[in-house]
Amino acid sequence: MNATDSTEHTRRDFLYVATATAGAVGAAGAIWPFIDQMRPDASTRALASIQVDVSAVEPGMSLTVKWRGQPVFIRNRTDEEIEAARQVPLEDLKDPIARNDNLPADAPATDIDRSAGEGKENWLVMIGICTHLGCVPLGQQGDFGGWFCPCHGSHYDTAGRVRKGPAPENMAVPAFEFISDTVVQIG
Amino acid sequence: MKTFLNGLAALGLGIAMVTSADAAEYPLKKPPQLEWSFDGPFGTYDKGQLQRGLKVYREVCSSCHSLDLVAFRNLEDLGYTEEQARAIASEYEVEDGPDENGDMFTRPATPSDHFPAPFANPQQAAASNNGAAPPDFSLLAKARAVERGFPTFLFDIFTQYAEGGPDYIHALLTGYEEDAEGHEVPEGTYYNPYFLSAVSLSMAPPLSDGMVTYEDGSPETVDQYARDIAAFMMWAAEPHMEARKATGFTVMVFLVLFGGLVYLTKRKVWAEVH
Amino acid sequence: MSGGHSTYTPKTGLGRWMDARLPLPRLVYDSFVAYPVPRNLNYAYTFGGILTLMLAVQILTGIVLAMHYAANTEIAFNSVEKIMRDVNSGWLLRYLHSNGASFFFIAVYVHIFRGLYYGSYKAPRELLWILGCIIYLLMMATAFMGYVLPWGQMSFWGATVITGFFTAIPLVGDWIQQLLLGGFAVDNPTLNRFFSLHYLLPFMIAGVVVLHIWALHVTGQSNPTGIEVKQKTDTVAFTPYATIKDGFAMVVFFLVFAYFVFYIPNYLGHPDNYIEANPLKTPAHIVPEWYFLPFYAILRAITFNIGPIDSKLGGVLAMFGAIAVLFVVPWLDTSKVRSAVYRPWYKLFFWLFVADAIFLGWLGSRPAEGTYVAMAQAATLYYFAFFVVVMPVLGLVETPRRPPNSITEAVLEKNKPGTPAAGEA
Repeated sequence: MNATDSTEHTRRDFLYVATATAGAVGAAGAIWPFIDQMRPDASTRALASIQVDVSAVEPGMSLTVKWRGQPVFIRNRTDEEIEAARQVPLEDLKDPIARNDNLPADAPATDIDRSAGEGKENWLVMIGICTHLGCVPLGQQGDFGGWFCPCHGSHYDTAGRVRKGPAPENMAVPAFEFISDTVVQIG
Repeated sequence: MKTFLNGLAALGLGIAMVTSADAAEYPLKKPPQLEWSFDGPFGTYDKGQLQRGLKVYREVCSSCHSLDLVAFRNLEDLGYTEEQARAIASEYEVEDGPDENGDMFTRPATPSDHFPAPFANPQQAAASNNGAAPPDFSLLAKARAVERGFPTFLFDIFTQYAEGGPDYIHALLTGYEEDAEGHEVPEGTYYNPYFLSAVSLSMAPPLSDGMVTYEDGSPETVDQYARDIAAFMMWAAEPHMEARKATGFTVMVFLVLFGGLVYLTKRKVWAEVH
Repeated sequence: MSGGHSTYTPKTGLGRWMDARLPLPRLVYDSFVAYPVPRNLNYAYTFGGILTLMLAVQILTGIVLAMHYAANTEIAFNSVEKIMRDVNSGWLLRYLHSNGASFFFIAVYVHIFRGLYYGSYKAPRELLWILGCIIYLLMMATAFMGYVLPWGQMSFWGATVITGFFTAIPLVGDWIQQLLLGGFAVDNPTLNRFFSLHYLLPFMIAGVVVLHIWALHVTGQSNPTGIEVKQKTDTVAFTPYATIKDGFAMVVFFLVFAYFVFYIPNYLGHPDNYIEANPLKTPAHIVPEWYFLPFYAILRAITFNIGPIDSKLGGVLAMFGAIAVLFVVPWLDTSKVRSAVYRPWYKLFFWLFVADAIFLGWLGSRPAEGTYVAMAQAATLYYFAFFVVVMPVLGLVETPRRPPNSITEAVLEKNKPGTPAAGEA
């Protein structure tokens, strides 16, 4: 093999590699729309944020609204319920983390951290999905006066914290804010 | 060996020489071809124009024509912020429900709602408009086009002419004439030589000079209104056009480069055989 | 699939293990690597590969569109618009699919005309040709039903007219039409079954494509000279020679396809299909998709009764006959010489036939009135005459030129110094 031959070979190999690479890039680019289409579409994402008027929800009443296809419990808690939740020491909790998207990830599951915060302690907003396997718990039932999941028997207290049963976590509190005294925006 | 392919190409041209006979009976006049900001391979919507078009729609057209497929959130495409879109939405009332008593109720629209229709159903729309239901605006810019005829329709491939809809809408809105030039105009209809399917249509001339106030200093003329509403309707019908053309450019450039590489590879591979 | 002796030798332990149990790598190697193809195939022969690619594009885009489409007359139209507006990349997938159908047909027409030009259907490739005709029929059924799904005005009235063909059948016609529609007119049951079948048929096409390729690999490919492969120098290995050439043709084809998808995606469509179906109002001019236009022209050309057959049934018979005649082409052509390259008269009649088919297509888009009808009748006459008169008679009376002795000789002839070396074999 002489020098010209090996140059020729190098050039050819480079060409083959370049073509194959370009082909691979093109194929990867072509696959993207097929994956992209599976993501939630624009109309679904637009509903990712909803505004709920809670002016008619008196203490002791709940409202269930649909958000991202899931039920969100909005409860105006009675003073007794708040008091009962406050009495529980953190060490008694199965899951001591607040699970509140509005707070740092390690916030403790105190009653205030589970509720809508200072001045709005009576409001509890959480995704009404049992953290075990996704059933919707029944309100004001169970051993702790909070919620009870009929599927596999998880009990939640009046702050939506899991106290008994197979559920591993407290019910999740979504990102939300009161944009006025009577309107809460979820998401 | 290339005779087959050459022959095929020659034939395409040869056939193209066969002149077409008469075009369809209507429209009596072909719409003039206008310049649009969104024509051509790099065309984009003029956001100012779309906002003006929206204004014309809201103040004039929307009393009869629905815009079912457009949601208020889509208005962000027109250069509005999310808050502005929310504000525009809140000016409309939409029906929702049923509430806990089973009753339907109305509430201010939110960005995820669509433009509410002026009539409850097509029957009501027809009954309120002399029997002719005003068509929905969402897709009209793609649903109306005047036949281009031979050989223009072949050139359209290369000029990328895809603005038949807006051209037609503009021509129709500016094309009403008092003198029907001897054509018989049925009672309750208005002569318009650009109308696609008859000599006249049920819609009275909807626009007049100065009827919509523009804040950006654009001329407040029927011609400008017609251009703006036509552009707005094109956007409503094809909201992803800009993304489409931009993606297209990338894809075309890639395919040309990749094609070049494959061709060189092919030459190299076959060089040994010849 | 390959007829000849297998030259596959697994190099790895895993390869040998696999080969002893399921010799799939051997099948792929024999069929798509070592498989010998004539060295003189031109670019007209790349359309088989292009068609396979287009089938894949249609199936893939179709599957994802079906994830968003709803086959219900109440929401079908809006669900397509939701794909166009809200689904991520939905506009791209939908335009790829709708334009893909057109480009599938562009490719299949080049493929069919290439077969007719080079006599690819002649013995021993009759079954190969017939399988191709079956694929073409399935493609037409699939495309027709797919066009109904967006539930626009043309969808609805196209479905009405096409299913109306069956009412032309004496005695049982109406019964058959109602069986197809699931009602007295095109409605929700029709849309539902069309969606089901539109999803099914492409997989049946894929199945027949496998048979088509199998048959191809048994007889070996035809080639522009029409002479069978005689010696080793007549052929090259499928990979890399044919694969890279097919690959280049695919990229060029995709370039044109992409141009339509991204710049003029509605050029091949009809504006009326952006109007939701209205069973009470027919559009002024009903036109099928462009790829059906020649047959539509033939259907409308029969405006007269033929003996006991009335014009309606006559039109339908003529239209189906125009497709059916393709199935018997291998036995209609009596010529000893396969390729049109060596048949000056056939070449002339062939190009006249191509022109006739395009002319019929144009007539199909015109209203069926005045001189158009007479022109369509003349064009229809030539369409059938080409198959039932020109093909059998010309084969007997024409004096063909003498073909070369072998493919190698033909290639050497072409590459003689002085003639510019073609970029193809």
